[in-house]
Order: sequence, then C-alpha cells, then structure tokens
Amino acid sequence: MRSIILQTATRYLLPILLLFSFFLLLRGHYYPGGGFVGGLVASIAFVLHSFANGTEATMKILRRKPLSLIPIGLGISAVSVVLPTFFGLPPMTGLWWEEKVPVIGMIGSALFFDLGVYLVVIGVVLTILFTISLTKD
Amino acid sequence: MLFTILLGLISSILLIPFGKRFKSSWSILLPLVPTALFIYYLGYVPKIAEGLTFFQEINWVPSLGVNFNLKLDGLSLLFCLLITGIGTGIFFYARTYLKGHPFYDRFFGYLYLFMSAMIGLVLSDNIFLLFIFWELTSISSFFLIGFNNDQEASRKSAMTALTITGMGGFFLLAGLVLIGNVAGTYKISELIEYRDIILNHPQYPLILGLLFLGAFTKSAQFPFHFWLPGAMKAPTPVSAYLHSATMVKAGIYLLARFFPILSGTDLWTYTLMGVGGFTMLYAAIHSLFRIDLKSILAYTTISALGMLVFLLGLGTKEAIIAASVFILVHALYKATLFLVTGIIDHETGTRDITKLAGLRKVLAPVAVAAGLAALSSAGLPSTFGFIGKDLIYEATLHAEKNWVLILTIIAIATNLCLVAAGFMAGFKPFFGTLPKQYEKLHLPYKSMWIPPLILASLGLIFGLAPGLVGDYLSYQTANSIFGADTEMHLAIWHGFNTVLILSLATLGIGTLVYFINKPSELKVNFIEKFERISPQQVLTGYANDIVRFSGWFTNFFHNGYLRSYHMKIILFAEALLIYKLWNSGPIQIDFDNLTPLTIYEVAVVIILLGALVIVISTPSRLTSIVAMSVIGYCICLMYVFYSAPDLAMTQFTIDTLSTVLFVLVLYKLPSFLNLASAKQRYRDSIVSLGFGAILSIIALKVLYEPIQTETSDFYGENAYILAKGKNVVNLILADFRGIDTMFETVVLGIAALGVYSLLKLRLKSSEKE
Repeated sequence: MRSIILQTATRYLLPILLLFSFFLLLRGHYYPGGGFVGGLVASIAFVLHSFANGTEATMKILRRKPLSLIPIGLGISAVSVVLPTFFGLPPMTGLWWEEKVPVIGMIGSALFFDLGVYLVVIGVVLTILFTISLTKD
Repeated sequence: MLFTILLGLISSILLIPFGKRFKSSWSILLPLVPTALFIYYLGYVPKIAEGLTFFQEINWVPSLGVNFNLKLDGLSLLFCLLITGIGTGIFFYARTYLKGHPFYDRFFGYLYLFMSAMIGLVLSDNIFLLFIFWELTSISSFFLIGFNNDQEASRKSAMTALTITGMGGFFLLAGLVLIGNVAGTYKISELIEYRDIILNHPQYPLILGLLFLGAFTKSAQFPFHFWLPGAMKAPTPVSAYLHSATMVKAGIYLLARFFPILSGTDLWTYTLMGVGGFTMLYAAIHSLFRIDLKSILAYTTISALGMLVFLLGLGTKEAIIAASVFILVHALYKATLFLVTGIIDHETGTRDITKLAGLRKVLAPVAVAAGLAALSSAGLPSTFGFIGKDLIYEATLHAEKNWVLILTIIAIATNLCLVAAGFMAGFKPFFGTLPKQYEKLHLPYKSMWIPPLILASLGLIFGLAPGLVGDYLSYQTANSIFGADTEMHLAIWHGFNTVLILSLATLGIGTLVYFINKPSELKVNFIEKFERISPQQVLTGYANDIVRFSGWFTNFFHNGYLRSYHMKIILFAEALLIYKLWNSGPIQIDFDNLTPLTIYEVAVVIILLGALVIVISTPSRLTSIVAMSVIGYCICLMYVFYSAPDLAMTQFTIDTLSTVLFVLVLYKLPSFLNLASAKQRYRDSIVSLGFGAILSIIALKVLYEPIQTETSDFYGENAYILAKGKNVVNLILADFRGIDTMFETVVLGIAALGVYSLLKLRLKSSEKE
C-alpha cells in the first residue's frame, strides 16, 4: 500500500526532520535535546521514509548498511573519551575549543561524544527495524 | 625480564596471521625463541650464583594492588632455565614430531602461550600476577591436552584436567587474597616480614588449606592425581614439557615460594608429609602395573611430585637441598624418557612395552639416551640421579628421631618401584630380540633424537661434576627456598656411609623387582580396579550431578517463552520489593502534600484507562499495540505537565519507534490463535495489579521521606563550572557519567548485532531449503 500523499510529504519531511534531529543534538548541552533523542528523531525520519517508499528505497538513500554506523559512532565516542589522555588529563575530561563557533556556540569533546551516541542510536534502530522488515517469510 | 614473558606472547599472536608460513618455510624460526630466552637466562647464572636478586616493577593497576612486580632469584632462575632449556629441546623435537599436522601453527601458538605463562608464573612477585599466570598455564594446558580434538577421550581428559586445575586455581586465589589481607601487602617478597603475623593469625589454617588445594591439584597429588595420567592424551612433546618437566611443578614452585613465609608449623609439616608421602608410594606402586609407556611415566611423575611435596613438608635443611636438586634431576631424566617414548610411538605406532623389544639395533642413539635416563632415574653412582637419591636419604635420615625409620622405609619403597619403572620405560623396549615387523625401522630426523640425547648426557655430566650445577645454581635455589644459607656443597663421593649403602641396596633390589615383575594386560586390569574406587569416581559423580542440575535450572528459567520470562522477572522484583518494604518500617502516606488535580490531568488519565481496557480486551494484536502506544503518549503528557521535557521527548520518540517495531514483528505473525484461559488471566492480573500497587506505594512513600538533594545540588552547581553546559540531564549522560553512556551504547550495538545476525542466520537456512 503506497500513499502518494505520504510519499510526497516524506520528500520534504526527511530533510526537515534530519535537520531537526541535528538541531536537537547540537543544543543538547544547554537546552533539552542531546545525542540520544536526536538519534531517535533521525531514525524516525528514515522509518517514515521507508513506510512511504519501501525499505529498499530508504536503504538506497542511506547508501550504506545502517550497521556500519554503529562502529563509526562507537569510534567517535571512544576517541573523545581517550583524547584527553594525550594531553596528560584523565580520560573523559572535557576539552574545549577556545573560541566560539558562529551559530553552534562552544565546541567541546562532549559534543563529539554526543555525536557518537547519535550515530550509534541511528545505526541500532535502523539495523533492527530494517532487518526485520526485510526478512522474507 | 618483562620482555621474556612478552616475547612468547607476541610470537603466539604472530602465528595467527603468519600461521601458513610458519608451517612451511619459516618453521625453523619457531625454536629460536626459547633458545634465545635460554641463553638470556644462562647469562644470569653467574650473577645469581653470587647471591644477587633482580627486581623489576611496572605499575599496572596500582589502585587494586596489582602490579607487574617481577623477581629473579635462585628458585625462579632454576625454573626459568628448565622452562626455556627443556623448551628449546621440545620445540626442536615437536617441529619434526608434528610435521604435516594440519594444526601445526596452532600447536606452537599454545606452546608459546604456555611458555610465557610459565615464565611469568615463576617470575611474579605479586600474588595476583602469580594467579593470572597460574590460570594461563592451566588454560594453555587444556588446549594442548585436547589438541587432538577429534578424539573424544582427548577432549574428556582436557576437560578433567581443566576442571581439577581450574578448581584448584579458585582455591589458590582465595588463599592468596586472604594472605594479602592478613599481611596488608600483595608483594610476595614483602610477605616474609609478616611471617609471625600470618602464622599466629586465626585464619592461618584456612590460608594454608586453600593454598595446599591449589598446589595439590596442579601438582597432581592424591586425591587429585588422576588428571595427570589422563593428560597423557596430549602429543608426547607436550607430556614431556608440561606434564612432567614444568607445569606440574608449578604446585611445587608455589609451596617452595611460600616455604619461608608459611612453613614451620605442625600443620604445614604433617599435611605435606602425609599427602606427599602417600602420593609418592601410591603412584610408584601403580607405575609397576602399567604396560603403556606414557602411563608408566605419568605415574612415576606423580610419584616424583609426591616426593618433592614430601621433602618440602619435612622442611629441614637437608630436605630443602634434596628438593632443589631433585627438581632438576627429575626434569632431566623424565623429559628424556618422554621424548624417547615419543620417538618409539612415532616409529612403531605402539607404546605397549609387552610388544616392544630389541629396538637398540635400529634406534641406537635413542637407546643410549633412554639408557642414560633410566640409569639416572635408578640412581646409579656417577649419574645425577645418584646425587639426588643420596640427598633424599640424607634428608630422611636427618629427620626427627622417631620418624627416621618410617620415613626412610617409605622413601626406599618408593625408590625401589621407581628404579624398576625407570628400567621398564628406558631398558625394556630396547633389549631382547627385535620383532620382525620392526626390522625396517630407521632413525628419525636428527632434531628428534638429539634433544633427548643432550638431556640424558647432562644427567651424566652433572653426575660426574656435581659442582657445576650445585655451586652455580642449586645452592642459590636451596637458599631462596630455605630463606637462609643452606651451606650446600654437592660432591660425587661422600665416603662409605649409610646413605651409600641405602642407595646401592635400592638399586640392587629395584633391579631385582624389574626382572621379577613381568608387565601384562592382566595386571593393568587388576590395578585399574583400584582406580575405580578412587576419588576420580566420586568427583565424576559430582560433576554429573552438577551438569544435571544446571540442565534443569536452565530449562526452568530459560524455557523460550517471553511471557514466562516476564512473569518470573516481575515476580522476583515483587518479592524483593515486598521484602524491602516490609523491613523499612510502617508505611506512612501523606495525602495532604499532593498537588491538587487539574482538569487536563484528569482527562489524560481517563484516556489512559480507556486505552488500558482496549489493550486487555481486544482480540487483535495490532489494536492492542496501538492502544499501548496511546498509553505511552499519555505518560509523555504527564512528563510535560511536570516539566521534564528531556524525558518527554525521549519517551515520545521511543514510543513511536517501539510501536513501529511491534507492528513490524507482529505483522508477520498470525492473529491470536488461542487466547489465555480465564485462570491464566486471573493469575496474570493478580501479578500485574500487585506490581502496580507496590510501585504506587513506593512512589507515595518517597514523598513522605525527607528529600536528599546532595546529588542534584552537586550537578546543579557544577554543571556550568566543570562541564560548561546548562542542561544537567544531558551533561550527566555525556560528561559526568559518560563512561556509563559509552558502555550503554556498546550494549545497544551488541543488541543490534544480535538481531541482525539472528535474522540473517535464519534467512540463510531458509534460503537453503
């Protein structure tokens, strides 16, 4: 069952929702939001797209298996955890960029940690859902 | 010193990517590692002989007291030389012995792992480090015993060995932790200063008992001896290396290492003398009734280990000297005999001594090695074995007056059997007339018969010039065990005294026993009956019970029904909560403090209840899922009312996704086939209502308790100062408790991998059909 309305809507909804999820990720440090919620919203965006256009079509947009996002995300988080040890600080210490970046504000290692969580969440949710929906009876 | 441990481990790892090359063109490199290490440790001999001790310390987990403390003294050096020296021979030998085996590279990987673990064990000066290496030797031994993993007997023996030594390791850990707690230090070299405290501590008997269990299981003392004959299923080089020369002596090493710290009490002396004495005699008698060469050697090894335990128990200066020399004596002749057995097995295909005879005509150099080893084991004057035997008699004769006679008799009886068993293994296959089918045998490749020949010759050289090994090595070994100067000096001739008479008598009568005792199948069957009533049966029975119990346990809790898991988890949680509520005093609930209800709260609750009714009553899965998500969104609204936007957002997205997930999964299932019966529904409703009631009571009770705001204050105050953020919830997740989050994401990843592989796996098998 394919709905033209939904198909058309998702064409615009997908980028908007992804942008929103990224917004949630970035603002997490100061306002409600964060990597986990952001990741969930992003996955919802893709799930919605897959409902309208079929899972195969969504996989094409993603270009790669969602499973591959998990190691990438874990890697980014792990690097942000370990990075301070190279400056002689205990792991997990927050490192901050001296100057403010326009629009985003302060950038620190916590943001990269959150980015890792964000990617892992997308990877996990999409892996589980897409694997199940692609399973043939 | 550290690099000697790492070298083996690195070589072991290198075999994974380069296994194929090591199988063919690079295989000559394999024995170079132990050779290099042997030369390295030989370099320490002159320095150790001067009485020096070497330390090396690297911080590892200092907060837990686990440090890489290494120590090299006379005792460690003796073991290091045994491990690397005999190891060199074994590596050269095994290279030929296993040529063409499909798991050639794997074998050497395990062997390297073992060598490193064993070197680490004897160098450790930290009790946790010691334990880690101790376990590593057990594990590598498990893989080596079960190396021929296509044979069931092999796998079974490996399991038995691992169970026994692993159990012993467990006791050892408990004992070591207790010592550390009593003394307040985990460094073995510092423990000696706390000797009086440990000896007078009420836990001393417990410590000693646990430590002994560890040592006895590893060194195959009665009643745990039975794993060692089973371990002979391993390829012969392994038996020679692990199960006679090095690993089984780890228990002896442990007792020797802790001798200056724990010995000197009646408990120490009599336990070790009793267990060691019984084991040495019991195993020595057993060895006479065997016809399998490896079986004979296994029992004589157990007997020799018993002898060492016995000597350490006796604990006099003479006994310690005897023990420190006998370790080397035994390693030299026993490794030789094992290697010879391997050659015989390799060439003739049998190890049955009733079928082997006259092999000296075809395997002359092997016969020389075997003969020398058998003579050393028998203690013929001018061999190293003679000196070892002399020292043992010296030790028993210098024991307490009341004990001299009985101890000497036990020692003589054991040695009689060992002389005969040594001849059975070293002479019997080589003398007599050569059976026709063996006439065409030819000598194996040089690298197989040269190592045993070298080891056997060393037995002769050290026998003729005992000062060579005595002054440079054994003297310091004995000193480090005894903890004081032992004034030891080995000599080939002590004059015509009681000891010499005893030695010669043992040799003579032992030879007589050898000629009288005709090994046969019948005798093996006869003696095996005694093993039936031995501890092995009892322990096997226990093991079977444990397997049965765990089977039942798993089937009960892990029956494959999701609803059953939920039921059990909730019931268990209820039981815990009720217990806690019951114990925390009367339940007081104050309704006055509650905020007044607002109209939209009431509206949400009504929607929630309506959805609940639908969930319970609907006959369609999809309807109940949708109704469930309504409940979820209602709860989201509650979060919004009570100003928890982070929670609300998360709950909202999670609810959406879980509904999608449910639909995806349940869409593929048929509609409800049979609904739960009325009885089941009552049961379920009681459980769930109970759970809800308990949680409500807790929630109301919390309101009544004084609120502690320490934690939230801390986060509130420090969020901006330490983490430069304003959203405390997110800061806790991404900064303060970031490691938790890190591991949670790992768990998520694992869950996704699990789903992925389970479904993909099923796809594959359905595609096949």
